[in-house]
Amino acid sequence: MTRKSISEQASAGLPSPVEAWIDRYRHNGGLRQYVVYLAFALILATFSIILHDDGFLSSSNLLNIGRQAAPIAVMAVGMAFALAAGEIDLSVGSVVALSSLVAAEIVGNHGFLAGALAALGASALVGIVNGLITVKVRIPSFLVTLGMLGIISGIARNWNDLQSLPIRNDRFSGIFGAGGLGPVSSLLIWIIVVGTIGHIALHHLRWGRHVLSTGADRDAANAAGINTARVKISALVVSATAAGFAGILLAGRLSIGRHDLGEDYLLTVIAAVVIGGTNLFGGRASILGAVTGALIMAMLNNGLILMGLEVADQLIARGVIIILAVALSMREAKES
Amino acid sequence: MSSAPALVASGISKAFRAVQALDDVSIELQHGRVTALLGDNGAGKSTLVKCISGLYQPDAGHIFVQGTEHRISSSRHARELGIETVHQTLSVIDPLDVAENLFLNREHTRGGWLGARIGLLDKRRMRQECASTLARLDIRIPSLRRSVGSLSGGQRQAVAIGRAVAWGQQIVLLDEPAAALGVEQTQRVLDLIINLRDQGVAVLLITHNMDRVLAVCDQAVVLYQGRKCAEVNVPDVTKDDLVSYITGARGTG
Ligand SMILES: Nc1ncnc2c1ncn2[C@@H]1O[C@H](COP(=O)(O)OP(=O)(O)O)[C@@H](O)[C@H]1O
Ligand SMILES: [Mg+2]
Repeated sequence: MTRKSISEQASAGLPSPVEAWIDRYRHNGGLRQYVVYLAFALILATFSIILHDDGFLSSSNLLNIGRQAAPIAVMAVGMAFALAAGEIDLSVGSVVALSSLVAAEIVGNHGFLAGALAALGASALVGIVNGLITVKVRIPSFLVTLGMLGIISGIARNWNDLQSLPIRNDRFSGIFGAGGLGPVSSLLIWIIVVGTIGHIALHHLRWGRHVLSTGADRDAANAAGINTARVKISALVVSATAAGFAGILLAGRLSIGRHDLGEDYLLTVIAAVVIGGTNLFGGRASILGAVTGALIMAMLNNGLILMGLEVADQLIARGVIIILAVALSMREAKES
Repeated sequence: MSSAPALVASGISKAFRAVQALDDVSIELQHGRVTALLGDNGAGKSTLVKCISGLYQPDAGHIFVQGTEHRISSSRHARELGIETVHQTLSVIDPLDVAENLFLNREHTRGGWLGARIGLLDKRRMRQECASTLARLDIRIPSLRRSVGSLSGGQRQAVAIGRAVAWGQQIVLLDEPAAALGVEQTQRVLDLIINLRDQGVAVLLITHNMDRVLAVCDQAVVLYQGRKCAEVNVPDVTKDDLVSYITGARGTG
């Protein structure tokens, strides 16, 4: 029997960074990991050409896309953790509205910080309830959060009799959506901040590795001593809190809290996350992919409007594109 | 090394609804000895391992580790008591890389107190220690940064075994660790078991291969339909004896 010497093996275990990268590229899915970025480039190029005369590439339009993408991107980062943990959160749209209303209610008398914290706290609470019921009562999270969607939507509608609550606080609006640093909208900065935190949490924190482990193989994670119940609850708290932050960004940009903010975001968010390479059934997630997916969804939305499609046709086109894109990314995932 | 047995499980019973998976089974693991746990499919071997490693709570019975009784409430608790397990099916996490699997739930953190609180991973240190640990165990993996899901069945199994034996634990339970392995890799696992034994570790080995039992095991416990039907010193028996215990044709009482 021929065996490599120990030192040879040890060095084989730690190849140069370039070799390591190429090896990982080949064995962790090859080009498939980058499909979402190619799609982004392709759609951007296509719209740039066919919508050139409609000002698609104008800086104000690009800024517009970024603004629209911000709440979707923030929710997508949170949803990526819920999916990675093997759960799903269908209540996020209603949490956006709840958060905007709580913020509007509190900001007036207690200032922008108290308003934002109260909104985040209320959202996190929804996540805790979602998580506890899912884990302790053992009801699948898609049912728990579907029920929660109804409950929170109802609360939001009753909050102020379907009327919007105004937010008259320049700092709140400035920090969370309407303002910016020089020419850079604060919404773009928030996309980067939330995306970076999400990426670090997934790849560089113990918690992120435990979320992935739990979603990939709960029994194996349990056998390794991971408290998978707590991990699942925390992932649902993160997704609800992220939705709450998206609500703050919408409330900041529009200077209102209202019961229907975020109402139609759910499908868009899930599409963004899944197109971005996160597995709908747990164990694989990409934060950069989710943010890029959100940018794609915002770009599609914007492009379809510029193309002059009626609202009804936009809905149809968006639905078709989402199904196609998700089908494509799921097929890629199965092959890898 | 204390003179008490590394582990004593006595009178263990466990039922799943109508199925009595274990009925009053006792087993003793000694430091520096390899104990075979034998039995046909469904005899209750994996269930016994899970009772010892904290995944199942037995309905009845007592477990003593180094002479002290413990109710092992979770796999974390078992680990703290020095018991490490390679389960038959529950093993590695596919999307994590080799080093992340080896250190799963035992991660090194960096950044001092704050880093430890938020769990900021020290990936470099984990990779380096992983490389030296695998080298020490003579386990060869092409790249530690590759996701385990992209490795061959044998390599995945090797990672699972490496994870169990890397920590200097005193009691190691191996539930069919070589089932997915080729000839050379199987030999490596057997070498590893001998190595552990020589270091004074108490090893429990579940296998269906009688040649391996005769090659590395000191004693054998045979289960038949949830009951212990034989307990023998391996040098005293033949392959045919073991087979007849397993099929229930014969027992030592
Ligand atoms: N989690 C479980 N739920 C229900 N029945 C189980 C469970 N685990 C094992 N059993 C049953 O207990 C018996 C022993 O199983 P097991 O310990 O896996 O046997 P072995 O490992 O010896 O093949 C079998 O009849 C099996 O079907
Ligand atoms: Mg078994």
